[in-house]
Amino acid sequence: MDNAIWDVGYLVASILFILGLKKLGHPRTAPTGNLYGAMGMLLAIVVTIAQMDFGVIDNFILIGAGLFVGGLIGYVMAVRVQMTGMPEMVALFNGFGGAASALVAASEVFRRIDQNDLPEDLELYVAWIAIGLSALVGWMTLTGSLLAMMKLKGGVEIFGTWYRTPTWGPEWLNYVKGLILIAIVGLLYMTIKEPGNQDYVIAIIGLSCILGIFFVLPIGGADMPVVVSLLNSLSGIAAAFTGFIIGNNVLIIAGSMVGAAGLILTNIMCKAMNRQLIDVLFKSFGGSDKEQVTRTKIGSDPEEVAMICDGISKCVIIPGYGMAVSQCQHQVREFADILEANGCEVKYGIHPVAGRMPGHMNVLLAEASVPYEKLIEMDDINSEMGECDVALVVGANDTVNPAARSGEGPLAGMPIINADKARVVVMVKRSLSVGYAGVDNDLFYEDKTMMLFGDGKKMMTELVSSMKEL
Amino acid sequence: MELVTLIAAITIFALAIFLGFELITKVPPTLHTPLMSGANAISGITVVGALILLQNTPYNNANPGFAAWLAFAALVLATINVVGGFTVTNRMLKMIAGKRGRK
Repeated sequence: MDNAIWDVGYLVASILFILGLKKLGHPRTAPTGNLYGAMGMLLAIVVTIAQMDFGVIDNFILIGAGLFVGGLIGYVMAVRVQMTGMPEMVALFNGFGGAASALVAASEVFRRIDQNDLPEDLELYVAWIAIGLSALVGWMTLTGSLLAMMKLKGGVEIFGTWYRTPTWGPEWLNYVKGLILIAIVGLLYMTIKEPGNQDYVIAIIGLSCILGIFFVLPIGGADMPVVVSLLNSLSGIAAAFTGFIIGNNVLIIAGSMVGAAGLILTNIMCKAMNRQLIDVLFKSFGGSDKEQVTRTKIGSDPEEVAMICDGISKCVIIPGYGMAVSQCQHQVREFADILEANGCEVKYGIHPVAGRMPGHMNVLLAEASVPYEKLIEMDDINSEMGECDVALVVGANDTVNPAARSGEGPLAGMPIINADKARVVVMVKRSLSVGYAGVDNDLFYEDKTMMLFGDGKKMMTELVSSMKEL
Repeated sequence: MELVTLIAAITIFALAIFLGFELITKVPPTLHTPLMSGANAISGITVVGALILLQNTPYNNANPGFAAWLAFAALVLATINVVGGFTVTNRMLKMIAGKRGRK
């Protein structure tokens, strides 16, 4: 039987990927979409293994071991990760995907050089260009994603010492990046001129790694989701180039589709933050120049807040990254339950970029069994803020900072939740320190604002017990 | 690779890119992270590439392959990407969609 018949299996896998990606974009069908994707992947792997020559048994040990080890590690990591760590995990997996494509490219080129099995003419051009591009995009995705992961965490621990991840990027760095890119293209040309020389390949790999780091280094923490999304798109493109290397259509289809869809998603995310992709990537922003906070504000205690909250009729809870860090979503829901038992209407105002990843808050609140209908998106909640008695801001800062409306500073133009329109604003926060964008928040100092200084979980627990004592 | 195969591959490449652009239109913010994670798992398709290379690359020759070990590393990383990616997406979606179904 002609081996080409196996390609039908790849066709079915591709269709499953297309349907899966389509369904992932709608809330109701998303779980099915994910399942389709997984089934497509399983099918592609089974088809690939089924058409192998079972004569050489040695390689099957490696194949089995690789699938087993990788599957086990991936599964354990995915199951054990905390919901707060989800964005970092996505970034890490993304880096692995890019690295895998780059390694496939490297493996192919070293094998050919090693066995002196160098292609000629057209095949040489196709194979070597694809290998070069796959290496460029793949290695860049790896180092970029790893750096993005550390930035999402805020730092990295090496031998017990905590190092903050730096954000640094003078304007000239953009020219350096351009030069590196040109150098890589030049090297790519050299590899085709001298296909047997592996030094050029190694140089491409090294420069691509550096490019990935320079690419992410200037970008501030608040923009990190956009970058991770873009890197995700790149890892798809890397897979597509890998498809050209081994002449496999399913790689080309899935890879380029993910690449394109990832780009669209990146754009959607930029729009949610009212930012241009170009600005995000090439204009250093956020985290670098933090304003010094000179003003002070006297903190309130939970009993006071509980008294204010007694007998109100409408409360909007605005969560932020602080809620994720202190894991106080259960206490927040308990608080909401008490208010609701007293006849108060409670809603949650979700800023599109609250937390470190879109949808971060929804996931956390869902974990605490908050009904989905109560999570209101920014535009809808803003029209209701005027009639809100108490806005409870839990660990959010930039997303409620009125400075964004002023049109100046790093936050300019970012849409915010109008917490300041509520009659009373209660903010649970560890201190008056600035948020990710490094801008002081006027909302803290307003007379109607009550600050609960402390860890989110501790403060919310105290607030809940004060409410119960009333 | 012959010219006709190359043209066919480029055709597929171009069409798939357009398909990808059309596939995602309006996505609610809740689904941004799961969608990213799910798409990322699909880009782990490179696992197929790793499998094919690993099978083609003898690692027990006289000059055993550095290349084979690279392919092996690629296989492990791609599998982590695939299995981890789909599992983590599933966990996120369960939390978002599952709780809503209960109500």
